[in-house]
This record gives sequence, structure tokens and C-alpha cells, in this order.
Amino acid sequence: MRLAVIGAGAVGRSVVELASEHGHEVVAVADSSSATVADGTGGRDAGVDPDAVVARKAERGIVGDGDPADALAADYDVLVEATPTTLGDAEPGFSHVTRALERDRHAVLANKGPVAERFGDLRRAVADSAGEIRFEATVGGAIPAVSTVEDIEPGHVTAVRGVLNGTANFILTRMAAEGLDYDHVLAEAQDLGVAEADPSFDVDGTDAALKCVILANVLSFGAADDPADAREFALDDAEVEGIRDVPGSTLRLAAEDGRTVRLIGEATGETVRVAPRLVPENGTLAVSGTQNIVQIETTHAGRLNISGRGAGGPETASAVLGDVGRLE
Amino acid sequence: MSDAHDGVDGRADDDDASPDGGHASATPSTHTVRLELVDEPGQLLAALQPIADNGGNLLSIYHERGNKTPRGRIPVEVDFEATQERFEGIVEALRTEGVNVMQAGTERYAEEVTLLLFGHLIDTDLSDTLSRIEACESASVADVSLAAPQGTEEASSARLRLEARAGETEAALAAVRELAEEKELRLVEPLTGVEA
Repeated sequence: MRLAVIGAGAVGRSVVELASEHGHEVVAVADSSSATVADGTGGRDAGVDPDAVVARKAERGIVGDGDPADALAADYDVLVEATPTTLGDAEPGFSHVTRALERDRHAVLANKGPVAERFGDLRRAVADSAGEIRFEATVGGAIPAVSTVEDIEPGHVTAVRGVLNGTANFILTRMAAEGLDYDHVLAEAQDLGVAEADPSFDVDGTDAALKCVILANVLSFGAADDPADAREFALDDAEVEGIRDVPGSTLRLAAEDGRTVRLIGEATGETVRVAPRLVPENGTLAVSGTQNIVQIETTHAGRLNISGRGAGGPETASAVLGDVGRLE
Repeated sequence: MSDAHDGVDGRADDDDASPDGGHASATPSTHTVRLELVDEPGQLLAALQPIADNGGNLLSIYHERGNKTPRGRIPVEVDFEATQERFEGIVEALRTEGVNVMQAGTERYAEEVTLLLFGHLIDTDLSDTLSRIEACESASVADVSLAAPQGTEEASSARLRLEARAGETEAALAAVRELAEEKELRLVEPLTGVEA
């Protein structure tokens, strides 16, 4: 497949680097201000030079000398939308995807915004297109959450829950292990690059909630006989509590009782809820550090647990390239 | 047997391991047994072995070394998770091993639920909070632990063990949720029914 990669952050760059290992060519790359497009001189399947793109981004902060619009107009099979997640109208990611669909091309998203905030609009755009969308990378990084739910069939999945934010999980794990307070551990996480300078998105539960909203949309639309009857979820439909105020003493009391606290997200076809919850200290859901876990509750297949790395460039790029493979 | 634990303990005095009728769930729930042990090395370990061997997941052990039972032995309270069926097997195994089980399970309260509250627990009158939970039909407060490391001015935390009537855990949680909202306390609910 010929890929146009829009967004040159950690995930976009890793997609560019790893595409050839999965048998795909990158024919265009764009970030917010620049682009590079294969000139076609090497034949139809000759892509851009991945090393040169990554080096230019590192050295000069641009991916090439072209305009981002050139990449969107390039001759690709699959558009990889890896720009930062935006809420509300989910732009510009949403328009990148719909432009691809209007051209009857596929789109694979690592950007949560369009799938969480405008799932219904996306479905309608897909219905009018010969292209399809996939978005495994939006939930749990390398963990195959969406495709597992699809394999079991959403109508046979009663709930999906889990630890879906590595930053919040790292903070809770360290607070419990070291008996430290939130502010102290947050500073440590920022030093290690586990938390961003503004950690709100992670510690307030927004990121985990977006992932659960996406899962709720998959369950709701997947189980409905007629998509018109399916309930559409957006972030506003989620009940969200973060971990910002959790005192160290709360974790100590939990530990005294063989338990701990984890930021757990839960999605069904009817509800989305993210909150700190009390779980057994050595239980399945009490994953440590930046690990994520997705637990799928099924009607006939019991409970499935999949844990792994929920973030990171190569990890998330693997999910993106897995989606590309499913579109072949 | 004089023991401060009994004072806050809402359980009925039931020495029988019979389960609450009609609640043969495969979901593990928390059980408490009170044992009395001879004060000799190895006794505690010997008493815990049948619990682990029969599929119980140990949660806590309260070894009341300062107290003596009327027979001069040491009371030990053990909390563990097990399905109802395994719970019965555990009590039987304990008795087979010669461990004196003073109290096992409950008649009145079939389900236990542990939760955490944090925030200005003391400023918002903790004893009122507890008595209002106690007043709710579905549950009784079995145990409270409070941690207020920064004194009464700062946020503090409490761990509550509630004993709920069979099938009424959700109602009990809803009552606590409402109370927490009213008093602007944060509630950390257990993930009930999925503690595998």
C-alpha cells in the first residue's frame, strides 16, 4: 500500500520508519507547516526516503520543502492521520480523513479526536465512499483492543474496561510504592518524560475517556441492526473523574487492605465512565507503571485480558500498520 | 473475649458456615473468619494454609496478640476472598485441621464492600457521615480506618468496609455516592464483580 502520513510527531515518524518492514511505501509526509511528496521518478511504487524525512524533521523541524496540501493531494492508497488529538470539531484531522474518503481512499487514524467526537459524521462519510476507516491505534497503543472487539463481534461484548492511560497509571503506581504525594510523583514523571509539562489531558482522565468513548461507539454501532438506531457517544457523554486530588493517604489505606487504586475506564454500549477505582493489589487490572490493560467482557467467550504498551512511537505505529494490513 | 473489633462489628453472632439462602454466586466475595490460636510458633501459618489450599485469596490478617480468648488463646481475624462454595470448603478444612473457628460468615449481611473516601472528612463531620451510612437500610459500617497525615485542616482519607444485604451492594454504594456528593467528598468505589 502507498501511504500518505499526515503528522510527524513520534507516531507519524515511526510509521514512516517502519512502513517498509510491513511491505508498504510512504509516498507523502506532512507536518503542520511542510511536506514531502515522492516525485515518481523511481516508478509508481518508489516512496520518499524515510531516513531523510526523519533527519530533516530532527535537524530543521520540517519534513520537506513542499506544502502540506501537496501531501493530502498525493497519489496514495491509505491516509495515515497522526496529527495531535483535538476536541470539539476535531479539526484539522477530521477534514484530512473526509478528504481521503471523498477521493475513495482509506484512512487509518492514530488521532482520537475524529473517532471520539464525530463518529456519526465519520460513519456517514464512509457510507458515501469506496474507502474505509480504521483506528486501532487510538485505543491502548499497541494493544489490539478495537480489532479484538470486532473479532468477537460488538453484539457479543457486554463491556470493555481497563487502564488506558500510562501517565496516570505511572503516577498511581509510584504513589503507592513510594508513599509519596501526587505533586512529588508528577514532578518525577515530568522529569522522566512520562508526563507532559501540562499533564491535564492525562491526569484529569480526558485521554482515557476519549478511548472509552471510541470503544462505546464501536460497541453501540457494531451491535445495532441499523446504524440509524445506534447511540453516538462523544466526550460530553462520559462521566469523568481524574486522579489529581487523590492524596497519598488514600493509597496507603488501600494498600493496608491488600488493594490499590487505578484509573479505570469502562465502556458499554450505553455508558462511559472513567474514575479512580479500588482494585485488588495483585489483581489483573493493577498493572504497573506505564503499562495499559484492556479487559473485554463477552457473552460467550468469558473475559479476555490484553495488556501491553499503551503509548510510544513504534508501539502505536505498529497498530497503525496493522490496520493498513487489514485494508489490503 | 473482649475485643474492640466486635464493637463496630455489625455481624450477627452466627457460628455456622451456612450461606445466605439462594446466593450461590460464582463471583468471589469477601469473607471474614474469627479463629482462636494457641500461642505457639507456626500456629498462624498452619491456620492460613487451609485457606490458601482451598482457593481463598487472603486479604488481611488481624492478629490480636494483646487479647486473649476466654480459653487463653489468641483471637485472629482473617479476611479473604472466595466464592461462596469455596468459602464453605475453607471453613470445613479449617475445622478438619483442628483450628477453632469462632465465627464464620454472616447471616444478615451476605456481601462485603470496601471503599475509600477522601477530602475534608473531618471538617464535614465524619461521625455524621458514618451514622448516615449506617442509617441506610442496605448496609452497615463494619470497619473504618482513617488517615489524616496533615492534620484536620488538609485532605484526609478513610477506608470503609460495609456489609450489605444480599444483592444490595449497589444500593449501598449509591447511598454513599449521594452522601459523598452532598459533602463534596471524593469516593473511590471498588470495581465490584470483576475482581478476578
